[in-house]
Amino acid sequence: MIYLDNAATTKVSEAVFAAMKPYFCEQYANPSAIYTFAGKSMKAVDEARKDVAGLIGAQPNEIYFTAGGSESDNWAVKAAAETYRAKGRHIITSAIEHHAVLHTCQYLEKQGYEVTYVGVDEYGVIKLDELAAAVREDTVLITVMAANNEIGTIQPLKEIGEIAKRNGILFHTDAVQAYGHIPLDVDALGIDMLSGSGHKLYGPKGIGFLYIRKGVRIGAYVHGGAQERSRRAGTHNTPGIVGMGAAARLAAADLGENMKKQAALRDYLIQRVLDEIPYSRLNGHPADRLPGNASFCFRFIEGESLLILLDQKGICASSGSACTSGSLDPSHVLLAIGLPHETAHGSLRLTLSGETTKEEIDVTVEELKKIVGRLRSMSPLYEDFCKSQEG
Amino acid sequence: MYSEKVMDHFNNPRNVGEIENPSGVGTVGNAKCGDIMRMYLDIDGDGIIRDVKFKTFGCGAAVATSSMATELVKGKSIRQALEVTNKAVMDALDGLPPVKVHCSLLAEEAIHAALWDYAEKNNITIEGLEKPVDDIEEKIEEEY
Repeated sequence: MIYLDNAATTKVSEAVFAAMKPYFCEQYANPSAIYTFAGKSMKAVDEARKDVAGLIGAQPNEIYFTAGGSESDNWAVKAAAETYRAKGRHIITSAIEHHAVLHTCQYLEKQGYEVTYVGVDEYGVIKLDELAAAVREDTVLITVMAANNEIGTIQPLKEIGEIAKRNGILFHTDAVQAYGHIPLDVDALGIDMLSGSGHKLYGPKGIGFLYIRKGVRIGAYVHGGAQERSRRAGTHNTPGIVGMGAAARLAAADLGENMKKQAALRDYLIQRVLDEIPYSRLNGHPADRLPGNASFCFRFIEGESLLILLDQKGICASSGSACTSGSLDPSHVLLAIGLPHETAHGSLRLTLSGETTKEEIDVTVEELKKIVGRLRSMSPLYEDFCKSQEG
Repeated sequence: MYSEKVMDHFNNPRNVGEIENPSGVGTVGNAKCGDIMRMYLDIDGDGIIRDVKFKTFGCGAAVATSSMATELVKGKSIRQALEVTNKAVMDALDGLPPVKVHCSLLAEEAIHAALWDYAEKNNITIEGLEKPVDDIEEKIEEEY
């Protein structure tokens, strides 16, 4: 099997799994309990909090563990909207956010909030002038993702942070794809809130966090016990938190050389595909993109067919085609960067991990060439195109 | 999510290709929704479908329904071909996931579009055949 869907989820690294193991059957105490047995668990939670914070230049007491990226996004956006309702009911976001932010914004619209969806350029970079122009007196939140999950484009967070700060508006970023993959510093970038998730960086599923800058006042989202400074109730997911901490620690060591290596392999993949498969295009920014993300569109063919045939060769990939989204429309991200529907339907996302090898990339490109050729040979769009070229 | 039959017809589609100077050819669907089917028919003087070919841009179900539809009409009379409904195509494939039902409607429509073209070329009327809709998706949305 060749696994190239690491943006969907990653394998838990052996080191992370080893760190988590004692917290299931041995050190199983509820960390909030008073006895000595529980103290070790709380200590492990605190250590993990330091590691998670360290990766983004935050303080440990600014990290709130959640059940994952979607919860963090929901919390940040809904709680900010609710807490600052008296100031205003306007939110600014981008057209290419993950559904965890997009659908949360749409939910708020139904509650009487107004949302501006700022557009992006052909590479998927947010239009900063449009963003600045969208700011109103009643704007309470700017939420723009750090890097896009489909096309990998990294957003100009520093510039967005400056616009937010200049106007006294909270700035939240969904960094689920970026956290642990590119350097992020909440102070340098002017970030007030940041969502992260464990399973995108070789940690376990079901654990994430929301960074909330000290002094930022937003309400709780999950009400109940006094965990997480009374801002996020629920018994600590000790193994998950320990795993998240271990993953963050490993990622910190990996951010330099290893990510450069991954980016070089990504560029090799991109170059081979663009050189060897006609009528293909790269989606997203050619340079400012996640080290592991390669996103393509192949004209005249449809993404789901492509995925099934890749799967038969043991290659795991994903697509933003309509058929994979459960609706008739292709991905909102691909449409937002200006692709016509028929091109957007033929998208393929390959996302690498630290374990991906050049051999795996070579096999994938060879199979891809055959599969794209086969699907084109039975495509009426390709037939029409060839005839128009002849004519 | 797909039955074995769907996977078989997707992996080994029957009757893929074109017919030169076909008796009738019809293209349905649109690129916006992500499925386009083109059906070519070769019909002899007795009104029997001697050969049929297809080309499809679309998902696994779209390819499989096109393939199955060609098998169901090949060697049949025009009348019999008109009786190949989307349900017949689906049943022959051992069913489709609910979100893919529109693919089978497209297959039925592709047969009708090719027959319509045949009727127009020969200046005849085929009883029970209605002019195919230009945008299949509009029809589907009404039906849901």
